[in-house]
Amino acid sequence: MAYKLIGKNFTPVDVVAKVTGRAKYAEDFRAERMAFCKTLSSPMPHARIRNIDTSAALKVPGVLGILTADDVPQFPPPQPPILSKDEVLYVGHPILAVAAESEAAAADAIEAIKIDFEQLPHVTDPLESLFPGGPNARSNGNVAAAQINLQTLKWEASDFAAVTEDQLPAGKPAEEWSYGDVEAGFKAAKLVLDESFVAGGYPHHSMETRTAFAYWEGGKCILHGSNQSHTSAVPNIARLIGIPPEQLVFVAEFCGGGFGSKIPGYPNMAIAALMSKKIGRPVMHRISRNEEYAIGSARPSFQGRAKLGFGADGRLLAADLYLVQETGPHQGAGDFRSAGACLSMLYQPVAMRYRAVPVLTNTPPTGPQRGPGENQFVPALEPIMDKAARELGIDRLAIRKLNAPESSSKIGSDRGPLTSAFIKEALDKGAGLFNWDERKQRSGQRNGTKVTGIGVGQGYHSAGSNGFDGLLRITPDGKLHIHTGVGNLGTYSHSATARVAADILNYSWDNAIIERGDTRRGLPWNSNQAGSLTASTQSRTMYVAAVDMKEKLTDIAAQMLGGTAADYDLGDEKVVSKTDPSKSITYAQAAQKAIELGGKYAGKELPKDINPLTKGSVEMIAGTGLIAVAKDNLPRVGITPGLTTTFAEIELDTETGKIEIKDMLCVADCGTVLHPLGLGHQIAGGNVMGIGLAHLERHVYDPKLGIPTTQGIERSKPPTYLDVPIEVRWAAVEKPDPQNPIGVKGVGEPVQGSGAAAITSAISDALGGHLFNRTPVSLDMILNHLNKRPQAHKPLQVNTV
Amino acid sequence: MTDLIPDHDTIATCDADRPASVSTRASRREFIKGVIASGVAVSAAGYVVVGRGGEVFAQAAGTVTRLVTLNVNGRDRPVDVLPNETLIHTLRYKLGLTGTKLGCDHSECGNCTVMLDDVASYSCSTLTHSVRGRKIVTIEGIEGPNGELHPVQKAMVEELGPQCGFCTPGQVVSAVALLKHNPKPTVEEARIAMSGNLCRCGAYDHYLKAVMRAAREA
Repeated sequence: MAYKLIGKNFTPVDVVAKVTGRAKYAEDFRAERMAFCKTLSSPMPHARIRNIDTSAALKVPGVLGILTADDVPQFPPPQPPILSKDEVLYVGHPILAVAAESEAAAADAIEAIKIDFEQLPHVTDPLESLFPGGPNARSNGNVAAAQINLQTLKWEASDFAAVTEDQLPAGKPAEEWSYGDVEAGFKAAKLVLDESFVAGGYPHHSMETRTAFAYWEGGKCILHGSNQSHTSAVPNIARLIGIPPEQLVFVAEFCGGGFGSKIPGYPNMAIAALMSKKIGRPVMHRISRNEEYAIGSARPSFQGRAKLGFGADGRLLAADLYLVQETGPHQGAGDFRSAGACLSMLYQPVAMRYRAVPVLTNTPPTGPQRGPGENQFVPALEPIMDKAARELGIDRLAIRKLNAPESSSKIGSDRGPLTSAFIKEALDKGAGLFNWDERKQRSGQRNGTKVTGIGVGQGYHSAGSNGFDGLLRITPDGKLHIHTGVGNLGTYSHSATARVAADILNYSWDNAIIERGDTRRGLPWNSNQAGSLTASTQSRTMYVAAVDMKEKLTDIAAQMLGGTAADYDLGDEKVVSKTDPSKSITYAQAAQKAIELGGKYAGKELPKDINPLTKGSVEMIAGTGLIAVAKDNLPRVGITPGLTTTFAEIELDTETGKIEIKDMLCVADCGTVLHPLGLGHQIAGGNVMGIGLAHLERHVYDPKLGIPTTQGIERSKPPTYLDVPIEVRWAAVEKPDPQNPIGVKGVGEPVQGSGAAAITSAISDALGGHLFNRTPVSLDMILNHLNKRPQAHKPLQVNTV
Repeated sequence: MTDLIPDHDTIATCDADRPASVSTRASRREFIKGVIASGVAVSAAGYVVVGRGGEVFAQAAGTVTRLVTLNVNGRDRPVDVLPNETLIHTLRYKLGLTGTKLGCDHSECGNCTVMLDDVASYSCSTLTHSVRGRKIVTIEGIEGPNGELHPVQKAMVEELGPQCGFCTPGQVVSAVALLKHNPKPTVEEARIAMSGNLCRCGAYDHYLKAVMRAAREA
């Protein structure tokens, strides 16, 4: 169908509030008798708590209460505790919280608390922990992840002895898979590369720290939090607080950045909530920048090894990938898994083996960050692919196209199908817009002290889900209320996807009301705003709700005007007879009739398969108008891949090591474009974040003391206006995904990966193909290489200079 | 108040009882051998130390406040101020002006930018007592008298400047300050003027487009 709204720009509902300062984030709320809360956290990277003496603290004027681990729900390790009871696992690990009349009084009380710690051995480098007899980050193990039980895993000394210092040892993995005949692939290969590498992670550095504000009213906990998802986080936050989900009111209208670190809610929300319950007053738990560094999260680093066998034509015949993940002290994220899938996706090896071990470290917790796994992997991988192309004498773009997936391709160990893949088209489109054939001639061109580098990178993340509930309502004033629970990470996809419903219902966008941001508004069970999911998933959800609404509207028209529902169609906010256009009812009349009819029309009878959270929300609004509610049961078979490619031209100054990005162009395979301005925003922002990942931001701990040394923004060096190109150019392939009713796929994550990979590819190119095999490729590394000085780091060391 | 890093005495004390080989980390393997050779990986001694409390925004209880008058967004506002109180604290917690955002509290991010006598300034690192008698303009004072958007705000809406929006008030104020001093900046000048305002979403090119549009249309 021809769309009126989809594919067009619009002014999102929340943007004026953002530019006027009226947008309210968690710390902007106030309440009468509001108390402040501060946490006391570990000064040691690993220790046992022998005794806590709070007697002096309780005498500090203004102190209202202390919350310890005994006051909060307990979860089995390695899930992160809300407050630590016996063992602290990193510098900054929260132990207890103090509430007081002022934050200053809370801090004074914390100063007065004495804790007797027994220091335990700590580890910041996974390979140290894997060495026989090496320290464990937790007293009960050193390896864990989702679906990998907490365990102690040590490699053999012979595993370490079998390799040189710059090769990753390959001891016993915690998980592995393979397909095809890997050995035969290597045998048949014309070129075999065997590269060990470090792919660095870094903290999310969301501009808004995870401040939480909570109070209790009528037996319910009202929580204001900074969260990128909304309704999908409710069950987990309720679990953290220890209450049933229906007792939680969650307000999250704005979120000042999350990038994966604020998906399902997080432990310090429970501190505000439970402290408030304990002292009987509203509690503001402000989180400082340095506390955010400690309790927010970071992308985990990899120590990896990739053995890649290529045919003479550049086809990747065999791949053998080993990844050691620096997981932090808790369960962490499954980045290693996604990275394995990423290689199988982007380069479609004929045969592949993947092995990985996620190792616990006494460093702040890690968690998913934008393209978790894929995005730290590709900036390490893509320069290696460039090396293969150079050694085989083929074009660097050609080796990518030759190995790229198509819609019929498979992914991962189970060789699962894809819903669509048009990365070849993206590479072609990018090559044309970037003028690749001409640009690549500039490789290595000198201009005084500067040398040109041309790079190309690719990014991938699975970018679509299904099974959530759509909820729409037309009130007797004729207004269409679009209820959405997807959250507000800043992508404007809450509105862009809502336009799908308005479009199908022939409804004027300016009249539509978006209900979001506060669970008291009756919000349905919707997807996480994460994983590049919203655009694809929520457009399906809106579609099924709109179809349900359309059926109910035409059904009511038939009841009021005669005939059957099939005799009617939707006009401009009217239901009109197909045969006699003079016969019509307005949406307002239909809403009024729905209230009279009750039952399914007024939200009083619900489909059996909707989520309990949606059910509770519909109950809030039942009887107020015509209500459409439906679960997305549309078929979806396979992974929905979001794919991007970025091209970059840089000038690298051989005297300073500084790079200047002369041009950056990104092309997205994201299906139908819902909102061009919003898409361009994600593409540009993701590529900018990729510049930091590739070149600027290091995550460093003192290995001896376990203390973070790049804590804070200034020392972490995220990109500023001056580090990035004035404009990031972009385009989309615009081939619809056949398994989404609108054709949409997500794209928020791969853009960062392809951007980062284009930069590492370009730096390597400027240096004649030199492989650092380490990200970020920082300025000092470039200078050390150019001046033939040794690097400051040992090969494969992570979390250090 | 505790610092972000435990004081060095504490660190030295903690470290003194650890095996010597732990302190000299010549290589990963030497380190590991050292730990193994020493037979114990940790001392049995315990340490009584004060934990990390994080930073706080105000002075300890009992400190005397003083009534001052501040000129904020064109109005004189009397307010009780602590000797070491920063302007962002006064604005957000005493005057109810929560549009100004605290991102880092260390002059690192620019989320807290306000104008002092038409100059963009970090309110997290400005003592409130030091701005008596100066003209303070926050994001709440950028709109016109009847609530009409400033040309910078209009341009930010049209170019879709913000993503998450948390740094946006600071970006708007910096852009307004720039255009007051240089109404027709080149994009390079705009980029330099705005460079004290970080955006983790990386919305820089949309913000810059908005600044240039505002300069054209103002």
